[in-house]
Amino acid sequence: MTTADATETARESSTAAARTSRDLRLEALTKRFTAFTAVHELDLVVPSGSFFALLGPSGCGKTTTLRMIAGLDQPTGGRVYLGDDDVTTLKPYKRPVNTVFQSYALFPHLTIFDNVAFGLRRRGRKDVRKAVDDMLDLVELDMHARKKPMQLSGGQQQRVALARALINEPEVLLLDEPLGALDLKLRRQMQIELKRIQLEVGLTFVHVTHDQEEAMTMADTIAVMNGGLIEQMGAPSELYENPATTFVANFLGQSNLIRGEVVAGGDGPELVVDVHGSKIGAARERARVHEGAVWVGIRPEKVYVAAAGEEESSDANTVGGGTVTDTSFIGVSTQYLVRMPWDQELTVFEQNTGSRPVFPPGTPVDLHWSRAHTFVLDARQDASAGVETVDDAP
Amino acid sequence: MSALTQTPAEDAPPEPPDEERPALGRRYTGYLLILPGVLWLGLFFLIPFYSLVATSLYDPAGTVFSGYEMTWAWSNFDNAVTDNWQPLLRSFLFGGLATVFCLLLGYPLAYAIAFKAGRWKYLMLVLVIAPFFTSFLIRTISWQLILADNGFVVDTLQTLRILGADDRLLNTPIAVVAGLTYNFLPFMVLPLYASLDKIDHRLIEAASDLYASPIRGFAKVTLPLSMPGVVAGTLLTFIPAAGDFINAELLGRPSDSMVGNVIQQYFSGGNNYPDAAALSMILMALILGMVLLYVRRAGTEDLV
Repeated sequence: MTTADATETARESSTAAARTSRDLRLEALTKRFTAFTAVHELDLVVPSGSFFALLGPSGCGKTTTLRMIAGLDQPTGGRVYLGDDDVTTLKPYKRPVNTVFQSYALFPHLTIFDNVAFGLRRRGRKDVRKAVDDMLDLVELDMHARKKPMQLSGGQQQRVALARALINEPEVLLLDEPLGALDLKLRRQMQIELKRIQLEVGLTFVHVTHDQEEAMTMADTIAVMNGGLIEQMGAPSELYENPATTFVANFLGQSNLIRGEVVAGGDGPELVVDVHGSKIGAARERARVHEGAVWVGIRPEKVYVAAAGEEESSDANTVGGGTVTDTSFIGVSTQYLVRMPWDQELTVFEQNTGSRPVFPPGTPVDLHWSRAHTFVLDARQDASAGVETVDDAP
Repeated sequence: MSALTQTPAEDAPPEPPDEERPALGRRYTGYLLILPGVLWLGLFFLIPFYSLVATSLYDPAGTVFSGYEMTWAWSNFDNAVTDNWQPLLRSFLFGGLATVFCLLLGYPLAYAIAFKAGRWKYLMLVLVIAPFFTSFLIRTISWQLILADNGFVVDTLQTLRILGADDRLLNTPIAVVAGLTYNFLPFMVLPLYASLDKIDHRLIEAASDLYASPIRGFAKVTLPLSMPGVVAGTLLTFIPAAGDFINAELLGRPSDSMVGNVIQQYFSGGNNYPDAAALSMILMALILGMVLLYVRRAGTEDLV
């Protein structure tokens, strides 16, 4: 092996090591206030370079977690690691971590240029002017460098906040509901923009949000938090298709949860669940419990509505005896509310492909869905956990 | 003030439903609201001010008993300055020193009340204002007791050899500046507090997140954002302190008198109305000039 090869190998292994070793790691991280525990023994690994979302309703502990990573709050227990470095007690101004604050927290007395240059100047970096100009180009604010934050629109302020954090090339960029104050259209635009920038700069992003759609749009990995604990973690599609708890099933999208009892297949590849007299099949790997009382879950868009007694199919799950109580035409889809014989109202979204009839309220119908789309949850969990009520809506 | 303001369009007031009537009402409401203030100022500022200007130009040969004649005696101004340039200078020196001490004492106090006092905040504010419940005169006289030759303060300083055996505090410039500092401290603390309390705490967190140590964060964020309070506080302290005569009268000696003492003496003792008026005018003009210069340099775009 030549020297050049050896150096090359050494460099490769060292960058590989650097990459894996710069993961953000939380170990049994806990924040206890006198009256309650905001974050309870949180264990989490955020791989370096990933776009990670902490998703949960307000008060679930996600912002507290973020503040402990930034160093703005001290944990009452547990550790925070950046790679192999324990940064738990490191002061925020010494951490290679930057935050995009929820309200942006731009310095009102400084120009946009000086706001963005703030971090570099504190660290005595050379060539601040060039770096700031480049960063303002990236977020398309080069025209506004001499303005004060007040003179900018909400979306522009948001981009200043992003530029101000990003320019420091932190190992981890923390985003605390950064799009919360923007209107829907701008928010969509910024979601795509943020994701583009993350891919471009390749930094680790940890994004806190209560907006499940935002989390799914942007993140590689989502951790759903509730009551200071992580309910489930995984890729957006995994969480959506195979929720582990009623909370996740309801908080990420909508779910129909129907009470049932496992009657057969407790050890086999497929469970058979009795749902108010109908036999429902579900794959074992999508069942969180394999016996006793369960919730049978199905996403509204996976269900299709058929006139009572028609379209029998042997490999689909079918529950009959429903009556359409409401039909809402939403353009791309039609939303049905169907009252079942056991007095539960189920939701169905049907794509308006034009190939299926529309059923007016009062029509007796059966509901069908594929066995593969059925998930089974523990009946001891609250079926309404994580349902967004009007008060919670942003 | 806040950087969190939304786009202006969202804050724009809704269009008035009726074009004519509300517009008319609003036009008069403004004038009606300022009317009492204008009347008050007209009666108790403009008229006395006119009289002061007139008096400063009366013939100095007149007396209260024989009456004064308007002779456009500009020489009154000349005389007032020539005779009293020392008290004038002393006024600005003592007032300036007191303002500096007020700032040095008041800033940490206001900072502590705004950021560190927690639930004691309002109690501390009440304590700052509490001295106002006693007369200004009584409080200044109490300082005579505090600084008295055989009082606790002088005794202690003599024991510590900071003061010599024959040195004293009462009837010295030190006592006058101390009294001024004490009397005007609340005027410094309150605007400083108001300005510091308004600072969004998240800005300080943001500074810390952006690699600013607590000291740098203070210098780059907290201090600049509290400048409106510093400007308001120094003005509210310096202007009355420079014109004050009670402290110099009760705590100083006649040879260290301030311009306020001279004016007071001219008016009450010497019946020298024209010179007193001319000196008042000069004091007013000097303070006005200094304030304008200061406000311009400090920048007051954020004062409102």
